Amino acid sequence: MLKVLKSGFFTSIQDLGRLGYRDMGVPVSGAMDSHSVKKANLLLDNDPDAAVLEITMTGPTLLFETPTFICLSGANLSPALNNEPIENYKVIKVLKGDILSYGKLENGFRTYLAIKGGFHTTKVLGSRSQYFPVTKYRCLKDRNEIDYEETASFSPIISGIKMDSHFDMDYLEVYKGPEFSILSDNQLASLFSKSFSVSKANNRMAYQLSELIEGHKNSMLTSGTLPGTVQLTSAGRLIILMKDSQTTGGYPRILQLSMASINVLAQKKSGDTFSFKLL
Amino acid sequence: MKSYPINIKQYGQNSVLVEWPNIVDEAILEDILQFVESFKNLNLAGWEMSAAYNSLTLVNSKEEVNFENIEKLILECYSKRMDSKVKNERFLWKIPVCYDVDFGIDIEEVSKTLKLSIKELIELHTSFKYTVYGIGFLPGFMYLGGLPATLEIPRRKEPRLAVAKGSVGLASKQTGIYPQDSPGGWNIIGSCPIPIFNPKLEKPCFVNVGDKIQFYKISRAEYDLHKIEGEVGIYKPEKIALNA
Repeated sequence: MLKVLKSGFFTSIQDLGRLGYRDMGVPVSGAMDSHSVKKANLLLDNDPDAAVLEITMTGPTLLFETPTFICLSGANLSPALNNEPIENYKVIKVLKGDILSYGKLENGFRTYLAIKGGFHTTKVLGSRSQYFPVTKYRCLKDRNEIDYEETASFSPIISGIKMDSHFDMDYLEVYKGPEFSILSDNQLASLFSKSFSVSKANNRMAYQLSELIEGHKNSMLTSGTLPGTVQLTSAGRLIILMKDSQTTGGYPRILQLSMASINVLAQKKSGDTFSFKLL
Repeated sequence: MKSYPINIKQYGQNSVLVEWPNIVDEAILEDILQFVESFKNLNLAGWEMSAAYNSLTLVNSKEEVNFENIEKLILECYSKRMDSKVKNERFLWKIPVCYDVDFGIDIEEVSKTLKLSIKELIELHTSFKYTVYGIGFLPGFMYLGGLPATLEIPRRKEPRLAVAKGSVGLASKQTGIYPQDSPGGWNIIGSCPIPIFNPKLEKPCFVNVGDKIQFYKISRAEYDLHKIEGEVGIYKPEKIALNA
């Protein structure tokens, strides 16, 4: 068991998402930065979809009750094992009674803890990703216990890789969204020449941007939305949908982030700036 | 059956949006669902589809999509959609609603605004069959069409921070049920005691896009009973097959 001594700001169990229930309005969920998760799972020789902990901004304190191997990835949240600093993107042996804790956020916003064999929580609708009310809780709480398999020995094929820097990128690659054609010259100029910043309203559902662009009067019938869809409200507010976003929406979908750029945005926090680059 | 001009748009790296004419029309919804059946028959891996009003979103979770190939396939599939022998089953679901003021916290205000007695309001709300044009916004939230003009009322000036799960509301041309506790600006006229979405079930939402919903009035005692039946999972909503 992994004992959650302190849960941190927002720590949740995530895999690569809940597929197949979009037609019932169920968000896909899953790790916000799936790139980092896949890398950590690869180093542990896990299934890419093995469940990990997604840790946001302020880290938890975790006690391992059985030996295993872990790999951390994503943001650098100054992790330490028994108070000794450890590195991301390295396979690390963990003993019974070891305590993993985190410190200062050095870069990025979300860090991942992958464990040999993945975390063994109950799957709901084919996924372990926490999303309330599909799962009973939206995130971990103090004193939660999470099951994992004991692993005494494991020889990784590669013991570590270089730190990722995709969260230092200052632009997001976008495709034209379904309602791209409603954009005026003025709106286009703003979108592709100005720099934008993440507002305080950012979470697993959506990132709202601080800067407004010119508004519009277009109305549309509710239609499908995806993680990475950039919506434009009539007041000129830009909203970028993320992994827990609703499956339909009524605001014009002007842009669509590339898959890679969703991972980039997932590592940005309130105040971080970026520009849009049309592919 | 007539054919519509369909518009196929690339939507990111792994999705495609197909749009029908921009109107709310049952014949269009029917045409979309017919296409869905025909596309399903191709048995391609990784595709998820969701219809809403006049559009269909096709998402491939397995791989990036080659747009030219899929566009060709969609057009081909659309032209052959009537060949499918499989007729999609559609149901009319009878959904219980308790209109007591304890649940219908806005029903008195709505009755004043619409100049209808509460009795007339309930009779109107329960006498129409509403078409499910989409499921989204929240898991199990149905976009229902077909509300009579006499029940159209603007959404509340200020949304509530919390609307209780099961609340039945009115807002402009729409009526619907909140499938979970949620913020919301609809005028609440009653409550449905049975869960529309239950993640414990293999098929968590019993309603499909294209089905119809008709509400019927229940007493407080019936509400309490159905609520318990719903919680333990033994409540079976009454359904009537629509297409013959």
